[in-house]
Amino acid sequence: MSSPSQMDVTFAALADPTRRAILVRLASGEASVKELAKPFAMSQPAVSKHLKVLERAGLITRGQDAQRRPRRIQGKGLGAATEWLQQFREFWGGSFQRLDDLLEEMKATERKKERRKGRRKES
Amino acid sequence: MRNTGTLQVTLKNDCEVVLTRVFNAPRAMVFEAMTKPELLKRWMGPRGWSLIVSEIDLRVGGRWRSVLRSPEGQEMGMSGVYREIDPPERIVSTEVYDDYPGETVNTLLLREENGKTTFTCTILYPSKNVRDTVIASGMEHGAAECYDRLAEVLEARAHLSLESRA
Repeated sequence: MSSPSQMDVTFAALADPTRRAILVRLASGEASVKELAKPFAMSQPAVSKHLKVLERAGLITRGQDAQRRPRRIQGKGLGAATEWLQQFREFWGGSFQRLDDLLEEMKATERKKERRKGRRKES
Repeated sequence: MRNTGTLQVTLKNDCEVVLTRVFNAPRAMVFEAMTKPELLKRWMGPRGWSLIVSEIDLRVGGRWRSVLRSPEGQEMGMSGVYREIDPPERIVSTEVYDDYPGETVNTLLLREENGKTTFTCTILYPSKNVRDTVIASGMEHGAAECYDRLAEVLEARAHLSLESRA
Protein backbone atom coordinates (compact mmCIF):
# COMPACT_ATOMS: atom_id res chain seq x y z
CA MET A 1 0.00 0.00 0.00
CA SER A 2 1.37 3.37 -0.88
CA SER A 3 1.32 6.09 1.72
CA PRO A 4 -0.19 9.42 0.64
CA SER A 5 2.42 11.79 -0.75
CA GLN A 6 3.21 15.10 0.90
CA MET A 7 1.28 16.74 -1.94
CA ASP A 8 -1.85 14.73 -1.02
CA VAL A 9 -1.58 15.72 2.61
CA THR A 10 -1.17 19.36 1.57
CA PHE A 11 -4.13 19.37 -0.77
CA ALA A 12 -6.31 17.56 1.75
CA ALA A 13 -5.37 20.17 4.35
CA LEU A 14 -6.24 22.98 1.92
CA ALA A 15 -9.57 21.38 1.05
CA ASP A 16 -11.21 22.72 4.21
CA PRO A 17 -12.54 26.32 4.15
CA THR A 18 -11.78 26.95 7.84
CA ARG A 19 -8.19 25.84 7.38
CA ARG A 20 -7.87 28.07 4.32
CA ALA A 21 -9.22 30.99 6.34
CA ILE A 22 -6.70 30.23 9.11
CA LEU A 23 -3.91 30.33 6.51
CA VAL A 24 -5.12 33.64 5.14
CA ARG A 25 -5.08 35.01 8.69
CA LEU A 26 -1.57 33.65 9.28
CA ALA A 27 -0.38 35.07 5.97
CA SER A 28 -0.64 38.50 7.58
CA GLY A 29 1.38 37.50 10.66
CA GLU A 30 1.80 34.86 13.34
CA ALA A 31 -0.94 34.25 15.88
CA SER A 32 -1.58 32.14 18.96
CA VAL A 33 -4.30 29.50 19.16
CA LYS A 34 -6.38 31.85 21.26
CA GLU A 35 -6.02 34.68 18.75
CA LEU A 36 -6.92 32.34 15.93
CA ALA A 37 -10.00 30.96 17.68
CA LYS A 38 -11.58 34.40 18.16
CA PRO A 39 -12.59 35.42 14.60
CA PHE A 40 -13.77 31.91 13.79
CA ALA A 41 -16.18 31.59 16.72
CA MET A 42 -14.66 28.23 17.46
CA SER A 43 -13.41 26.59 20.61
CA GLN A 44 -9.67 26.43 21.08
CA PRO A 45 -9.60 22.62 20.87
CA ALA A 46 -11.46 22.79 17.54
CA VAL A 47 -8.94 25.29 16.19
CA SER A 48 -6.10 23.15 17.55
CA LYS A 49 -7.40 20.21 15.56
CA HIS A 50 -7.26 22.22 12.34
CA LEU A 51 -3.82 23.50 13.26
CA LYS A 52 -2.58 19.95 13.72
CA VAL A 53 -3.71 19.08 10.18
CA LEU A 54 -2.00 22.18 8.80
CA GLU A 55 1.15 21.36 10.74
CA ARG A 56 1.24 17.79 9.44
CA ALA A 57 0.88 19.17 5.92
CA GLY A 58 3.94 21.35 6.46
CA LEU A 59 1.85 24.48 5.98
CA ILE A 60 2.48 26.04 9.38
CA THR A 61 5.09 25.87 12.15
CA ARG A 62 5.25 26.87 15.80
CA GLY A 63 7.10 30.00 16.80
CA GLN A 64 9.74 30.40 19.51
CA ASP A 65 7.63 31.89 22.29
CA ALA A 66 7.01 28.94 24.62
CA GLN A 67 4.04 30.58 26.32
CA ARG A 68 1.99 31.73 23.37
CA ARG A 69 3.22 29.07 20.98
CA PRO A 70 2.30 31.27 18.03
CA ARG A 71 1.67 29.54 14.74
CA ARG A 72 3.15 30.93 11.59
CA ILE A 73 2.73 30.08 7.98
CA GLN A 74 5.43 28.05 6.28
CA GLY A 75 6.19 28.61 2.65
CA LYS A 76 7.84 25.31 1.88
CA GLY A 77 4.76 23.12 2.27
CA LEU A 78 2.68 25.48 0.21
CA GLY A 79 5.28 25.87 -2.44
CA ALA A 80 4.56 22.88 -4.60
CA ALA A 81 0.79 23.02 -4.25
CA THR A 82 0.19 26.71 -4.83
CA GLU A 83 2.98 27.07 -7.36
CA TRP A 84 1.37 24.43 -9.46
CA LEU A 85 -2.14 25.84 -9.28
CA GLN A 86 -0.76 29.32 -9.78
CA GLN A 87 0.90 28.20 -12.98
CA PHE A 88 -2.45 27.08 -14.33
CA ARG A 89 -4.05 30.31 -13.28
CA GLU A 90 -1.35 32.48 -14.80
CA PHE A 91 -1.21 30.58 -18.03
CA TRP A 92 -4.92 30.23 -18.66
CA GLY A 93 -6.10 33.33 -16.82
CA GLY A 94 -3.96 35.59 -19.01
CA SER A 95 -4.83 33.71 -22.16
CA PHE A 96 -8.55 33.82 -21.49
CA GLN A 97 -8.56 37.57 -20.96
CA ARG A 98 -7.18 37.94 -24.44
CA LEU A 99 -9.73 35.43 -25.71
CA ASP A 100 -12.49 37.62 -24.21
CA ASP A 101 -11.27 40.50 -26.39
CA LEU A 102 -11.07 38.32 -29.48
CA LEU A 103 -14.61 37.03 -28.92
CA GLU A 104 -15.94 40.58 -28.60
CA GLU A 105 -14.27 41.37 -31.90
CA MET A 106 -15.75 38.27 -33.53
CA LYS A 107 -19.21 39.19 -32.28
CA ALA A 108 -18.87 42.72 -33.68
CA THR A 109 -17.84 41.33 -37.07
CA GLU A 110 -20.81 38.95 -37.02
CA ARG A 111 -23.21 41.79 -36.22
CA LYS A 112 -21.81 43.88 -39.07
CA LYS A 113 -22.29 40.98 -41.49
CA GLU A 114 -25.89 40.54 -40.37
CA ARG A 115 -26.65 44.24 -40.75
CA ARG A 116 -25.24 44.15 -44.26
CA LYS A 117 -27.40 41.12 -45.07
CA GLY A 118 -30.47 42.89 -43.67
CA ARG A 119 -29.82 45.96 -45.79
CA ARG A 120 -29.45 43.86 -48.92
CA LYS A 121 -32.85 42.28 -48.23
CA GLU A 122 -34.47 45.71 -47.83
CA SER A 123 -33.19 47.05 -51.14
CA MET B 1 -21.10 44.06 -21.86
CA ARG B 2 -17.65 42.72 -21.38
CA ASN B 3 -17.24 39.40 -19.69
CA THR B 4 -15.00 39.41 -16.67
CA GLY B 5 -15.33 35.72 -15.98
CA THR B 6 -12.86 34.30 -13.56
CA LEU B 7 -10.99 31.12 -14.05
CA GLN B 8 -11.59 28.34 -11.59
CA VAL B 9 -8.95 25.72 -11.07
CA THR B 10 -10.22 22.66 -9.24
CA LEU B 11 -8.36 19.60 -8.12
CA LYS B 12 -10.89 16.87 -8.61
CA ASN B 13 -8.80 13.99 -7.34
CA ASP B 14 -5.26 12.63 -7.47
CA CYS B 15 -5.08 12.67 -11.24
CA GLU B 16 -7.52 15.30 -12.47
CA VAL B 17 -7.43 19.08 -12.67
CA VAL B 18 -10.50 20.92 -13.92
CA LEU B 19 -10.44 24.42 -15.41
CA THR B 20 -13.75 26.30 -15.70
CA ARG B 21 -14.41 29.67 -17.28
CA VAL B 22 -17.47 31.49 -18.66
CA PHE B 23 -17.21 33.38 -21.94
CA ASN B 24 -19.69 35.99 -23.10
CA ALA B 25 -20.13 34.49 -26.58
CA PRO B 26 -21.99 31.63 -28.26
CA ARG B 27 -20.14 28.34 -28.14
CA ALA B 28 -19.72 28.01 -31.92
CA MET B 29 -17.60 31.14 -31.69
CA VAL B 30 -15.62 29.89 -28.69
CA PHE B 31 -15.07 26.58 -30.46
CA GLU B 32 -13.80 28.40 -33.53
CA ALA B 33 -11.45 30.57 -31.47
CA MET B 34 -10.06 27.45 -29.82
CA THR B 35 -9.51 25.37 -32.94
CA LYS B 36 -8.32 27.77 -35.66
CA PRO B 37 -4.56 28.46 -35.59
CA GLU B 38 -4.87 32.05 -36.82
CA LEU B 39 -7.33 32.78 -33.98
CA LEU B 40 -5.42 30.77 -31.34
CA LYS B 41 -2.33 32.83 -32.08
CA ARG B 42 -4.20 35.91 -30.98
CA TRP B 43 -4.94 34.76 -27.44
CA MET B 44 -3.06 31.66 -26.35
CA GLY B 45 -0.30 32.18 -23.80
CA PRO B 46 0.23 34.18 -20.63
CA ARG B 47 0.82 37.91 -21.01
CA GLY B 48 3.99 38.68 -22.91
CA TRP B 49 4.14 35.20 -24.44
CA SER B 50 3.29 34.54 -28.04
CA LEU B 51 2.11 31.45 -29.81
CA ILE B 52 4.61 31.20 -32.66
CA VAL B 53 3.57 27.79 -34.00
CA SER B 54 0.02 26.44 -34.12
CA GLU B 55 -0.72 23.41 -36.25
CA ILE B 56 -4.10 21.73 -36.02
CA ASP B 57 -5.34 18.71 -37.93
CA LEU B 58 -8.85 18.68 -36.50
CA ARG B 59 -9.97 15.11 -37.04
CA VAL B 60 -9.88 11.94 -34.97
CA GLY B 61 -6.28 10.71 -35.05
CA GLY B 62 -5.09 14.10 -36.32
CA ARG B 63 -2.15 15.81 -34.60
CA TRP B 64 -1.80 19.25 -33.08
CA ARG B 65 1.32 21.14 -32.14
CA SER B 66 1.92 24.48 -30.42
CA VAL B 67 5.08 26.39 -29.59
CA LEU B 68 4.97 29.31 -27.17
CA ARG B 69 7.74 31.88 -26.84
CA SER B 70 8.40 33.79 -23.62
CA PRO B 71 9.32 37.49 -23.51
CA GLU B 72 12.91 36.33 -22.90
CA GLY B 73 12.83 34.21 -26.03
CA GLN B 74 12.51 30.88 -24.28
CA GLU B 75 10.41 28.40 -26.27
CA MET B 76 7.98 25.82 -24.93
CA GLY B 77 6.56 23.21 -27.27
CA MET B 78 3.64 20.84 -26.79
CA SER B 79 1.77 18.47 -29.03
CA GLY B 80 -0.82 15.73 -29.07
CA VAL B 81 -3.42 13.73 -30.94
CA TYR B 82 -7.18 14.26 -31.23
CA ARG B 83 -9.17 11.33 -29.89
CA GLU B 84 -12.75 12.62 -30.11
CA ILE B 85 -14.20 15.64 -31.88
CA ASP B 86 -17.81 16.73 -31.61
CA PRO B 87 -18.12 20.38 -32.75
CA PRO B 88 -19.00 22.72 -31.17
CA GLU B 89 -19.33 20.84 -27.90
CA ARG B 90 -16.50 18.50 -27.10
CA ILE B 91 -12.89 17.65 -27.91
CA VAL B 92 -10.79 14.95 -26.32
CA SER B 93 -7.08 15.17 -27.07
CA THR B 94 -3.75 14.08 -25.66
CA GLU B 95 -1.06 16.55 -24.72
CA VAL B 96 2.63 16.15 -24.04
CA TYR B 97 5.20 18.87 -23.40
CA ASP B 98 8.53 18.68 -25.23
CA ASP B 99 10.42 19.22 -21.97
CA TYR B 100 8.05 17.84 -19.35
CA PRO B 101 7.40 14.21 -18.53
CA GLY B 102 4.03 12.55 -18.92
CA GLU B 103 1.15 12.67 -21.34
CA THR B 104 -2.21 14.03 -20.24
CA VAL B 105 -5.66 13.50 -21.70
CA ASN B 106 -7.61 16.75 -21.96
CA THR B 107 -11.38 16.82 -22.30
CA LEU B 108 -12.78 20.15 -23.43
CA LEU B 109 -16.48 20.75 -22.98
CA LEU B 110 -18.48 23.80 -24.11
CA ARG B 111 -22.00 24.40 -22.83
CA GLU B 112 -24.09 27.32 -24.04
CA GLU B 113 -26.80 29.09 -22.11
CA ASN B 114 -28.37 32.46 -22.97
CA GLY B 115 -25.59 33.31 -25.37
CA LYS B 116 -22.88 32.57 -22.80
CA THR B 117 -20.54 29.63 -22.96
CA THR B 118 -19.20 27.67 -20.04
CA PHE B 119 -15.83 26.17 -20.84
CA THR B 120 -14.68 23.16 -18.85
CA CYS B 121 -11.37 21.47 -19.45
CA THR B 122 -10.51 18.33 -17.52
CA ILE B 123 -6.83 17.47 -17.54
CA LEU B 124 -6.22 13.85 -16.66
CA TYR B 125 -2.75 12.80 -15.57
CA PRO B 126 -1.90 9.14 -16.16
CA SER B 127 -0.93 8.67 -12.51
CA LYS B 128 -0.32 10.49 -9.31
CA ASN B 129 3.40 9.91 -9.84
CA VAL B 130 3.34 11.73 -13.15
CA ARG B 131 1.32 14.53 -11.61
CA ASP B 132 3.85 14.86 -8.79
CA THR B 133 6.76 14.76 -11.25
CA VAL B 134 5.14 17.50 -13.29
CA ILE B 135 4.67 19.53 -10.13
CA ALA B 136 8.27 18.92 -9.12
CA SER B 137 9.63 20.00 -12.50
CA GLY B 138 7.35 23.03 -12.41
CA MET B 139 8.92 23.89 -9.07
CA GLU B 140 12.39 24.06 -10.56
CA HIS B 141 11.17 26.78 -12.87
CA GLY B 142 10.84 29.24 -10.06
CA ALA B 143 9.92 28.36 -6.53
CA ALA B 144 9.66 31.88 -5.21
CA GLU B 145 8.34 33.01 -1.86
CA CYS B 146 4.67 32.33 -1.93
CA TYR B 147 3.02 33.91 1.09
CA ASP B 148 1.55 36.72 -0.95
CA ARG B 149 0.59 34.38 -3.69
CA LEU B 150 -1.01 32.02 -1.26
CA ALA B 151 -3.18 34.73 0.20
CA GLU B 152 -4.06 35.77 -3.32
CA VAL B 153 -4.87 32.25 -4.39
CA LEU B 154 -6.91 31.55 -1.31
CA GLU B 155 -8.75 34.83 -1.34
CA ALA B 156 -9.52 34.43 -5.01
CA ARG B 157 -11.23 31.28 -3.82
CA ALA B 158 -9.13 28.84 -5.73
CA HIS B 159 -11.49 25.97 -5.28
CA LEU B 160 -9.55 23.16 -3.83
CA SER B 161 -12.48 20.85 -3.66
CA LEU B 162 -10.49 17.80 -2.82
CA GLU B 163 -12.06 15.37 -0.45
CA SER B 164 -10.42 15.72 2.87
CA ARG B 165 -8.64 12.61 3.88
CA ALA B 166 -7.74 13.96 7.24
